[in-house]
Amino acid sequence: MGLEEVWFVAIGVLWSGYFLLEGFDFGVGILLPVLPRDERERALMFRSIGPVWDGNEVWLVVAAGATFAAFPAWYATLFSGFYVALLLILVLLIVRVLSFEWRERHDGARWRAAWLWANTIGSIGASFLWGVALANFVEGVPLDSSHVFTGGIVDLFSPYTVTAGLAVVVMFALHGATYLTLRLTGDFHRRASAIARRLAIPAAVLGIGIVAWTVLVAHDNNDRALLPVAVPAVITAAVLILALVFTRTSNGGWAFATTGLAAIGFIATIFTGLYPRVLVSSPTFANSLTISNSATGHYALQVISVAAAIFTPLILVYQGWTYYVFRTRLGGDHATAAYGSLGDEGHP
Amino acid sequence: MIPLLVSAVDLARIQFATTSIYHFLFVPLTLGLAPLVAVMQTLWFRSRDDAWLRLTRFFGTLLLINFAIGVATGLVQEFQFGMDWSVYSNYVGGVFGAPLAIEGLAGFMVEATFLGLWIFGWNQLPRGLHLATIWIVALASWLSAYLILVANSWMQHPVGYEVVNGKAQLTSVSALLTNSFGIIAWIHVILAGLIFGSMVMFGISCWQLLRERNVELFGRAAKLALIVAVPATLIQLSVGNRFGEAVTSAQGMKIAASEAQWNTCEPCGFSIFQIGGFSQQDETPSFSITIPRVLSWMATGSFSGKVEGLNQLQRQERRSYGRGNYIPDVRLMYWSMRVMAMLGVAMFLVAAVGAWLHRKRKLHTTRWFLWIAVVAMSFPYIAATAGWILTEMGRQPWIVQNLLKTSDAVSTGLSTATIAVSLTVFLLLYATLGVVDFVLMRHFARLDPPPVDQPGGA
Repeated sequence: MGLEEVWFVAIGVLWSGYFLLEGFDFGVGILLPVLPRDERERALMFRSIGPVWDGNEVWLVVAAGATFAAFPAWYATLFSGFYVALLLILVLLIVRVLSFEWRERHDGARWRAAWLWANTIGSIGASFLWGVALANFVEGVPLDSSHVFTGGIVDLFSPYTVTAGLAVVVMFALHGATYLTLRLTGDFHRRASAIARRLAIPAAVLGIGIVAWTVLVAHDNNDRALLPVAVPAVITAAVLILALVFTRTSNGGWAFATTGLAAIGFIATIFTGLYPRVLVSSPTFANSLTISNSATGHYALQVISVAAAIFTPLILVYQGWTYYVFRTRLGGDHATAAYGSLGDEGHP
Repeated sequence: MIPLLVSAVDLARIQFATTSIYHFLFVPLTLGLAPLVAVMQTLWFRSRDDAWLRLTRFFGTLLLINFAIGVATGLVQEFQFGMDWSVYSNYVGGVFGAPLAIEGLAGFMVEATFLGLWIFGWNQLPRGLHLATIWIVALASWLSAYLILVANSWMQHPVGYEVVNGKAQLTSVSALLTNSFGIIAWIHVILAGLIFGSMVMFGISCWQLLRERNVELFGRAAKLALIVAVPATLIQLSVGNRFGEAVTSAQGMKIAASEAQWNTCEPCGFSIFQIGGFSQQDETPSFSITIPRVLSWMATGSFSGKVEGLNQLQRQERRSYGRGNYIPDVRLMYWSMRVMAMLGVAMFLVAAVGAWLHRKRKLHTTRWFLWIAVVAMSFPYIAATAGWILTEMGRQPWIVQNLLKTSDAVSTGLSTATIAVSLTVFLLLYATLGVVDFVLMRHFARLDPPPVDQPGGA
């Protein structure tokens, strides 16, 4: 395996990290209008992801940066071609970022409701559009012979890609629910478990459906044999069935592990279906962007490999430690603790 | 079809300029305020004096409100290279992408994670460890700034690369990381950050002193801000000068344009103010105030140094790179330079007078000066904006100096209408966020700092 392939895998890993981590904070955002019963519970839900959402989002920043550095042609075609979709994602993410910091800064009911919905709409919209965008990598978009995107925003939406978007939204909602069952106590915890049980069914149906469909799309549009793509797809399907079981046996830790693995499994199936290309061209398959025709020079790849080898283990250690620090379940004592308000948090 | 008045390149440039300028209204305040908050928390940690804890929380809240917009606009900043400038991205990705990717891995990831630890870790972490988290945030933000400026400086002064099959490829990471232009730009930006942090902290403290509440507390904050502001503004005057010399050797056209110097001179006087003289049809100003020899010193470090003129540089560039206009917007460059430099001097004077009044124990009673300090909070914002206009527009028509022209770098296959729509969306979004941010900052800057025995902490 050459360095180009290593970086293809690395970008898959970065997307997996993004889906695993931001997946549950998007999920919590999606559940904000339905799960909490009062302002205290809404504050607790914000609080449950308050310390970590920003670190989670940086995985996206790094995935985009790594694509720019390792595969400039992929980055150039993808970002200019998916222009309108990315514009929407940016607006949704910006509004969502601000909801964390600004919601607690004023206590008017309308102000808080508006920022809550900003978070929810941002979470649903961004999850859906990332699902659509990633599915398009495999299904293919119209590219010309110099790899310039020649379609429009409509070309990104097909039954397959829209299903992928919906599957990601529901899988993230479930992932958020299993995260909350780990982080809450008492009645609030029971309601989070109940919603996880209910979400597990549509998540399994859509999730298994989309990975199976990806195997077929990769076969038809990207000339892939069925078997190699079926391996991650079958594992993802098995994990989703386990999630169905664990959300019922109310084993919080295992349920969260399976919903996280399902998010990673989706990315693994997409990237396996994509190999050895990075962006399939359809209808003119020959115009596809491949790992080899979009990679940068060997020396630059060596440089970022050294940087990644140094910093990735450190990231895993300190982000893991962050989750350890904030492992305490929320509820009861934290009744007045709201996101980011140092006055409440800060008493030493 | 009605011919459009603007091209896709024009709109993409306006969008890039808007996002970059907007992003850089928030970033330098983080660069400066994060270490100041860390210093205040350290003072509390060492003295156990609750006044410092109250100030830490007061300015910490402002830091967080500001940080949120920096994160949000940073995403746009990263995405828009590929969205609007795909030809550029494809051309430079092999060099420019590496520092950007490493910034995410080594800088931003640390900042985001440890800021979360700092905000929520007051009760979860031991005091010393909790103090370390804010210092780590501050240091990571400085590392981020370094890597971003390494990338930007490569566009100003490309080093450590070769062009293979029409694309720039990295050949020396050490040359890239030690680009002299990048290092001096980084020092310039870090000082700008410290000036932002200290001038804003000083202005808010003076505003609180005007209201005659918490006089003792904000007297301390004002003193700490001045301890940073006086040396930072003074050193910046000299660093700005040294940066000018780096620009002279890498981008002669930028310096000549910023001085409206049409013809080569030796020695050269520095024009403080002039009317006219900004176009090839009107090279001689109808009125000007000029100090002899100072431009030679600023641009070259010697009072008798030679500075090349726009006309001579234009002829050289045409010989090297073919037909075309290589002169940036002279009037805009001239005034950007002056606004930046004059505000730099003004900020030093405000800080120096503030320090003198503080020494005389008259700061809190000198109301006219307190008002000046409040107004002076806008100076770093205006100066930084002028500085980036000079840096980026002074490089035109190049997007990467002498390698790639801006007009050739815009995304192919992107319609003017698409960029127009997205520009409108971003302008509306930025305007709204700007207003909300200003209202929130103003609200929290007016509050009394929270008492330390407030209920709610575990």
